[in-house]
Amino acid sequence: MFSRAYKTVVTLPPLLWVTVFLLVPYALMFCYSFWSVSPSQLIVHSWNLQNYKDLFQKPTYWQTLLRSMWIAARVMLFSLLLGYPLAYFLSFYAGKRKDLLYQLVIIPLWVSYLVRAYAWKTILGSDGVLNTLLQYVHLTKHPLDFLLYSPFAVVLTLTHIYTPFTILPIYAALEHIPRNLVEASHDLGATPAQTFWKVIFPLSIPGVVAGATFAFVLSLGDFLAPLLLGGPSGIMISNIVVSLFGAAYNWPLGAAISLGMLVIVVSLLFFSERLEKKWSFS
Amino acid sequence: MASPTTPAVATADTTPSATKPTLLSIRNVAKTFGRNAVLRNVSLEIAEGEFLTILGESGSGKTTLLRIIAGFETSSSGELWMENDRFDRQPPYRRRVNTVFQHYALFPHFTVEENVGYGLRVAKRPAAEIAQRVAEALDKVKMTAHAKSKPSKISGGQQQRVALARALVNRPRLLLLDEPLSALDANLRRQMQVELKSLQREVGIAFVFVTHDQEEAMVMSDRIALLRSGELEQVATPREIYSRPATAYVAQFIGHTNLLKGQALGGIVRCGSLTWPASLPDGPVLFSLRPEHIRLPGADTSTNSRSNGQVRVRGRVLHQAFHGATELLRVECTGGLVLVVRIASASGVQDKNKDEVDLEFSAADAVPVRDSPERN
Amino acid sequence: MELLVSGSDSNVPKSRWLLIHAAAVFAFLYLPIAVLILYSFNGQGVGGFPPHHLTLNWYRILFADGPIWDSVLNSLQVALAAMAIALTFGIPAALALDRAQFPGKALFRRLVLLPLILPGIITGLSLLMLFNVMGTKLSLMTIVLGHGTALISVATTEVFAGLQKLDRAQEEASLDLGANYWQTFWRITVPNLKLPIIGAALLIFTLSMDEIAVSFFLIGRDNTLPLEIWGRLRRGITPEINAVSTIIFIFSLVTIVVWYRLRVRAEVGTG
Repeated sequence: MFSRAYKTVVTLPPLLWVTVFLLVPYALMFCYSFWSVSPSQLIVHSWNLQNYKDLFQKPTYWQTLLRSMWIAARVMLFSLLLGYPLAYFLSFYAGKRKDLLYQLVIIPLWVSYLVRAYAWKTILGSDGVLNTLLQYVHLTKHPLDFLLYSPFAVVLTLTHIYTPFTILPIYAALEHIPRNLVEASHDLGATPAQTFWKVIFPLSIPGVVAGATFAFVLSLGDFLAPLLLGGPSGIMISNIVVSLFGAAYNWPLGAAISLGMLVIVVSLLFFSERLEKKWSFS
Repeated sequence: MASPTTPAVATADTTPSATKPTLLSIRNVAKTFGRNAVLRNVSLEIAEGEFLTILGESGSGKTTLLRIIAGFETSSSGELWMENDRFDRQPPYRRRVNTVFQHYALFPHFTVEENVGYGLRVAKRPAAEIAQRVAEALDKVKMTAHAKSKPSKISGGQQQRVALARALVNRPRLLLLDEPLSALDANLRRQMQVELKSLQREVGIAFVFVTHDQEEAMVMSDRIALLRSGELEQVATPREIYSRPATAYVAQFIGHTNLLKGQALGGIVRCGSLTWPASLPDGPVLFSLRPEHIRLPGADTSTNSRSNGQVRVRGRVLHQAFHGATELLRVECTGGLVLVVRIASASGVQDKNKDEVDLEFSAADAVPVRDSPERN
Repeated sequence: MELLVSGSDSNVPKSRWLLIHAAAVFAFLYLPIAVLILYSFNGQGVGGFPPHHLTLNWYRILFADGPIWDSVLNSLQVALAAMAIALTFGIPAALALDRAQFPGKALFRRLVLLPLILPGIITGLSLLMLFNVMGTKLSLMTIVLGHGTALISVATTEVFAGLQKLDRAQEEASLDLGANYWQTFWRITVPNLKLPIIGAALLIFTLSMDEIAVSFFLIGRDNTLPLEIWGRLRRGITPEINAVSTIIFIFSLVTIVVWYRLRVRAEVGTG
């Protein structure tokens, strides 16, 4: 139905743009990762694997990477624990309010990241709202130090930011489940709890995988929350990259670490896509 | 016989077959959704092992009634009793009733086998028993070859059999079927009607079948319960409901009929230009006359319209429609009455349009029926 | 549709815990923002409980704050330009994915959607390297290119979803009646995609205004609003930041609700 000219006209411009501004940059990053930087702060185009060796051998790097993955894993877990029951509530119990409540879920999603991270910073500080509140009602005598400038703060803030991200795909998957399956399950003698675990949950797994992947991947690469709230103990791998492109001028190493992150992320996406396909039955 | 002007009586139940005991007793069940009264005062006794069809148009409340029996809706008033137990107080997963859903509702993430065994697994039956009963059930519906397939890979007709097996394997006291054949094409449908009926005989469980298709109801049922606007019009065997409809609605819903309006006075009924004797109280009367009971007699019979209980009238054919084995003629009679007549098809082409014909029927075939006023 | 609407839910028992959990999660999501807004009126700084001395002072300071407004203007320019780029390339991309077959299509689809799920740092850094190699100076223009590229995925996703709902027969009818592809595109295709396009535009605009991760690396001398705020945060926090955050929140709120309503209308209209 569509002529070759039509297809060419719609395909070529985006293809070119994406090649120039996405593919080429990634390719450049790939190249940079194999170069090195000279003492006089010039990029030397000699191809070597030193950066990758550093990444795997220098404890700062791989330890931070592991810590980042651990933080990301916790964010993923808490987002799911908070998000799934809410998505379930929205889909099966909300009735007439479903629409309104759905909007309430997506609003925080699009409100500025910075605003939300900043809000937590003001809440968790030693002079912050939470600490002074606790002292005001005499639950504590001194400010709790671990609240801010710690991995705890980072996990808390990122969970706050990414929970709506996990709710949406889970909700979409739950909405897709025909309600007569629930009735059929009850009809065949399964209690509501059995129905949830045997019918509803399995059919919602693609949504869970999608949501979990979002939360993990985006948390892993986050550098703003650690900068605002992480303190020295809360540094994540992206912060190292940021400084390598800034004060600790070493673009090739930064590129190598970024590429490493890219590889991890893409593998996770690939893996989760396979998982979603395996668990989708329509 | 009640005159056509008295208001319709709420319940129209007849007693179930004398040889079968009552399984489920539905007493004065009503259901209102918001302002909408979907069911009003329905009482029905379902007998063990019978094939009962709840027949009605869309909006008649038949699906709601079924869902109340299954437990997916609670009635606004009324009770259900099964064997001296208040049935309607139990949640659906405790009732010994299983449903075949209109769109089958097969679990997409389970194979055919796993679908069928679901109820047994949930009841924590031993694995060997489950395997054996599932195999049996699949064999009964002839789906053994597809045991390991997923629902998305089998046809609609096959899915329907799996839904049937899944319900029956649990040996329910009662099987509910919500228009299970409506998604099938005509030939498959006819085939399934026969299979379902023989399956029911074989299994001996009471089937409650919901449909809007009156032919389907007649073919399959031991008894038919005709529901209109939330109330039962008549509950009877197919033959009875066809030959002795209780109301005008029943007469028109099931098969074709001619509705004759008239007056009874002193033992004589007058409908337009037709008259015949009938022992009915004075007042307005309504009759149902099936088209196949009207004949085209030859020219050699007597012209006395009241002898031998026959009624005769002259008319002119307005329209002739060929229906295969029979033909339907619309005949305008003297006096303006239009009658529909069913005759066997002549072997040659015979265009009777505009012909003058004589019509004859037995007075006994004009069945008095109650009027069916509009219900809001 | 009968299948997806539960009846009277009499088979699903009411669960109090689920309701409590839901309420708690909503509280978790909104309380920090509520605190933020509250303290924008606090005379005594961003912390401390309870807030004393409620005042509009911080808003007054905000409105007199020159650099902030400069950065707002910058952000607006960037957002509009990014919107133009994202739509110009995103709409054809959606059409291409829907209608054309070409080698590398699978890769193309993934590439287009990647910035949506990738952490912004990777997108930002890779573009930084590109600009470095090309010798381009960092400025608002580079930020525009960054946002535009990253947000093509939003335009493509929304328009692609809209295309699925589009009745092909309409376009066929248009061609049948003598209109060529270009005319059909503007007279039939685009009007039918009106709601998804507007929705995408709103979303792109909002995301661009709030964007910080990619902008972080591509910034020149002129700040966007988020980066201006970020700079302030490094120096010391005052409730003025609460004030500007509150205003950002209100704008985002309005935009998202409008976007959602459009989305719902799009689905109802063609459902």
